[in-house]
Amino acid sequence: MTLLEARGLRKEFGGRRGHGGIVAVDDVSLAVEEGETFALVGESGSGKTTLTRLLLHLMEPTAGSVLFDGEDLSGLRPAQLRKVRRQMQVVLQDPYSSMNPRMRVTDIVAEPLVTHEPATRGHRGRAGLRDRVGELLDAVGMPAEVQDRYPHEFSGGQRQRISIARALALNPRLVVLDEPTSALDVSVQAQVLDLLADLQRRLNLTYVFVSHNLAVVQQVADRIAVMYQGKLLEVGPAAQVFRSPRHEYTRSLLDAVPNPDPRQAKRRQAVL
Amino acid sequence: MKPLLSIEELSVDFRLDTETVHAVDRVSFAVEEGETLAVVGESGSGKTATALSVLRLNPEPPCVYSGGRVVLGGRDVLTVSEKDLRGIRGNEVAMIFQDPMSSLNPLKRVGVQIGEVLRRHQGATRAEARQAVLPALREAGISDAERRAGQYPHQLSGGLRQRVMIAMALIGRPKVLIADEPTTALDVTVQAQILDLLADLGQRHGMAIVLITHDLGVVAEVADRVVVMNRGEVVETGDVLELFDHPAQEYTRALLRATPKLELT
Repeated sequence: MTLLEARGLRKEFGGRRGHGGIVAVDDVSLAVEEGETFALVGESGSGKTTLTRLLLHLMEPTAGSVLFDGEDLSGLRPAQLRKVRRQMQVVLQDPYSSMNPRMRVTDIVAEPLVTHEPATRGHRGRAGLRDRVGELLDAVGMPAEVQDRYPHEFSGGQRQRISIARALALNPRLVVLDEPTSALDVSVQAQVLDLLADLQRRLNLTYVFVSHNLAVVQQVADRIAVMYQGKLLEVGPAAQVFRSPRHEYTRSLLDAVPNPDPRQAKRRQAVL
Repeated sequence: MKPLLSIEELSVDFRLDTETVHAVDRVSFAVEEGETLAVVGESGSGKTATALSVLRLNPEPPCVYSGGRVVLGGRDVLTVSEKDLRGIRGNEVAMIFQDPMSSLNPLKRVGVQIGEVLRRHQGATRAEARQAVLPALREAGISDAERRAGQYPHQLSGGLRQRVMIAMALIGRPKVLIADEPTTALDVTVQAQILDLLADLGQRHGMAIVLITHDLGVVAEVADRVVVMNRGEVVETGDVLELFDHPAQEYTRALLRATPKLELT
């Protein structure tokens, strides 16, 4: 079943309507199936961040539409949009800048609940909230005792776990992961990727995984979309895109990835 | 062969208000002419503090060079005078950084900035400096050097900025180049070009390159030898093939295991 669909999405920045602007996203159509990991790959300036914002309906497209569970997000009134929004959450690259440094972990993780569920507000709501936050932290492998601490007391990997807990607070169906491990050390990255895979299985989550790291994408993706200059060059099952890329650009992207095996490294072979 | 740079039992402390952090703890390694040595480690491993020590660029205070030597051209960088240090920087050893934007002056045309290196470190005249700029840009692989020399940093892409930094680093013909995560901020296709450029320049000039990185893929592509660091100490040192084939230490093995690898077959 298709959970998220983009139809002919286009986004222009600057310029007058219809001419002169920069086209960041150009006629993009795609369908993300429930339960899959759909990877969006591209270099800087390819338009992947803008596309992500359009998919989350954080900005209006210049043309085209986004459908979540069959519903066109552009036509929704604010109250309806909020209902859809809670089913789609996002985890950003930099866990340092995506948290308010003056909020305690408990408030950070609980914020989506407080925003979307009025019953959790006030004194009475707060008591239940701590238990719920405790469960969420447990789900991401953090002890419940960290609730009263502040973001700066945690490492990058721990902060990213807290971001994931926050994203899960409303039991979303879709989570957009925007370079979720790019700022992390490689050993920590491996742990966070394991956690994400585990959560996906347990909670039947659908992931849109935005990344420039093709080796990571290969580990996690069911399908891959390659973006270049605002357009989707190709979309296909991960194995197929990696084995037989249809597009020259995809091939050059794959060729450029350093190989962590000196016996297979291209540059070294050129010298030897 | 005699090493161009040898670091001997180097210790670097950071004396903070409440504690002293031993950022670098008795680290030793040497690099020879034409050799690329990779220093690999995760954040907090001390690899950057080690790299900065070669030019004595760690901020003092809080940094204290508490032990060891950094020998370059027969002199210990850690004990020479400020004046001698200026002669060493740029001429014997130069450095490029991860983020070229923050190492360039946003208010000056890049050609002028490159020329300044020669004027400051070699006492070149304005005219001499100007003459050297375009060849330096071309050597760094910038094709339309005249136009680029007249541009400001913000007008250049990340890859071009890093090439400008390389031109700037190499214009004084240093014998040793320290490259601290030179491609980490770049797209993967641009990264490949910059790695090619560094390898090519290293070979042509017989330069010793110390490449600081967290990326074992980059190491496998360009390094001759590898130093693995963790918590300020050298975990293991070895020839690149040997180290990847037979890592002696558990930490190195874990690092190799955690590195995702693209399988294309």
